[in-house]
Amino acid sequence: MTLDRPHHLLTKSKTFSLAFAGWLLTSLIAVIALCHTGIAQAQLRVDISGTGAQQYPVAIADFSGDAAGSQIAEIIRADLTRSGQFNLISTSGAALNVDTTIAYDEWRTRGADFIAYGTVVRLPDGRFEIKYRLGDTVKRGPLDGVSFSGTEKELRRISHQIADRIYEKITGIKGVFATRIAYVLKQGKTYELQIADADGQSPQVALRSREPVISPAWSPDGTRLAYVSFESGKPVVYVHHLTTSKRSPVANYKGNNSAPAWSPDGNTLAVVLTRDGLSQIYTLGANDGANLRRVTRSPLIDTEPTFAPDGRSIYFTSDRSGSPQIYQTGLDGGEPRRISFSGGYNISPRISPDGKTLLTVTRRDGSYRIASLNLATGAESLLTDGRDDQSPSFAPNGMQVLYAAVQGGRSVLAGVSSDGRVRQTLSVLNGEIREPTWGPFSQ
Amino acid sequence: MSRIAKGLTIAVLAASLAACSSVSLDDKAGAGGADGSGILDPFNPQSILAKQRSVYFDFNSYSVSEQYRSLVETHGKYLASAPQQRVIIEGNTDARGGSEYNLALGQRRAEAVRRMLTLLGVSDTQVETISFGKEKPKALGSSDADYAENRRADFNYKR
Repeated sequence: MTLDRPHHLLTKSKTFSLAFAGWLLTSLIAVIALCHTGIAQAQLRVDISGTGAQQYPVAIADFSGDAAGSQIAEIIRADLTRSGQFNLISTSGAALNVDTTIAYDEWRTRGADFIAYGTVVRLPDGRFEIKYRLGDTVKRGPLDGVSFSGTEKELRRISHQIADRIYEKITGIKGVFATRIAYVLKQGKTYELQIADADGQSPQVALRSREPVISPAWSPDGTRLAYVSFESGKPVVYVHHLTTSKRSPVANYKGNNSAPAWSPDGNTLAVVLTRDGLSQIYTLGANDGANLRRVTRSPLIDTEPTFAPDGRSIYFTSDRSGSPQIYQTGLDGGEPRRISFSGGYNISPRISPDGKTLLTVTRRDGSYRIASLNLATGAESLLTDGRDDQSPSFAPNGMQVLYAAVQGGRSVLAGVSSDGRVRQTLSVLNGEIREPTWGPFSQ
Repeated sequence: MSRIAKGLTIAVLAASLAACSSVSLDDKAGAGGADGSGILDPFNPQSILAKQRSVYFDFNSYSVSEQYRSLVETHGKYLASAPQQRVIIEGNTDARGGSEYNLALGQRRAEAVRRMLTLLGVSDTQVETISFGKEKPKALGSSDADYAENRRADFNYKR
């Protein structure tokens, strides 16, 4: 592994010990997806393995005041655990509320560098008020404190928001627990484009079709998804507004229309069309499909465009060298620059939010793996070791990678930390999950 | 039927078509159930144009192999003689690799067939090439035979 560790605001020595280094954490969280109106029923299973290079010891006490308090704490614990960056210290026997005077030394003795606690109150109108606190047992003082209010339905989202605050206060990096993911669930002959919380919970169906749906892509503001649907008998690119469920084709030319990618400002889509022969990259207006412009000109395949974070260039897959490799090109023409050189098959480029790391799917000894390429040094590492790992996508903070894997002959959703150390899989008992993509920070 | 046998059958049929295009192909025609393979009508299920409408490709190959040239020629001659008839060539790949890259590879297969049709005098306006990539496999397994069945371009005639 050659990836740089992100800088931590808190660099004091953690109680992470060798005793944990070789320890394989395998936690199994079996949960039933919440069922709201129009929500898919699916039984999800999450498996986690591995530990982060650095683990922060943190205690999350059950919130007091209402039965919902233990559920809130459980969601926060599950979020922090999945990141692989936290070591959860037991809070058994503790009864803390938002006004408790924390015995910092006692929690320090228990092994916790941080203690989170709070109170939940059910208000007369049925809403909940949640007050949360985070304490630093080394500095013996408060780190964070905030109040939320919401309906019972919103408790899960609020719990993720508290987990995000804890994550950011401790690591210095913005959390992604309150973000959403999109993926295609295939059950029998039905394809569903689903939107779920980052932990796979609360899935909602955005589109149900008897024909394949591939390549979902989030708009930068998280309000729309572009994707490819085969419903008209061939691949056509649609833009779908998630709040109104209104959708319209934005690229429906002769031949194939596929591989949509949003520009960082959300105004432009890069797409792949075959209207002039083989697959080539074009740009068009994300709202109306107007101002079609051809970006690449090669005699073979150019596909899978993705914008650099500054919006000025595009990474894409091309087999102009004889095998599929990753290239980068400016939007106004110019000779594309080859980026990937290891092996004979590198596809599906995804750039990290800071623009420094490129993910690809690479074929090694007949297996498809997720590779991570440091663009400054050229150093490459394999993040996964599956047989058929596809469709990588970065979390908006760049710390996690979501991808599709095959286990037991079935497609599942998988995640790996960007340093490759912590892995998780999320499977649906009666379906295949494909083409996952991580949404932006919630706004 | 093995692929080679299939190819040979097509070659024989094509040769017989070329040799006696105006002659009834067999003596069972009078039995009311003409086997119809001599009828050049893509919408007649008995016609060779309906029965033989798939071109198979080798692994990692995107050109029409020798054994399918006569099949493409049969369709090409028909299309050239029926300039109003439209056809969609649908390219497919096996399940290995990424969705979008396979979509592009399926397109290469469809384009290889279209280029042959163009050389046979078929107008570009008659032909649309599309790809389903690996998304609509005919064979659902993951054996070599299943993969081979899915490396394919199909003629899909439009009414």
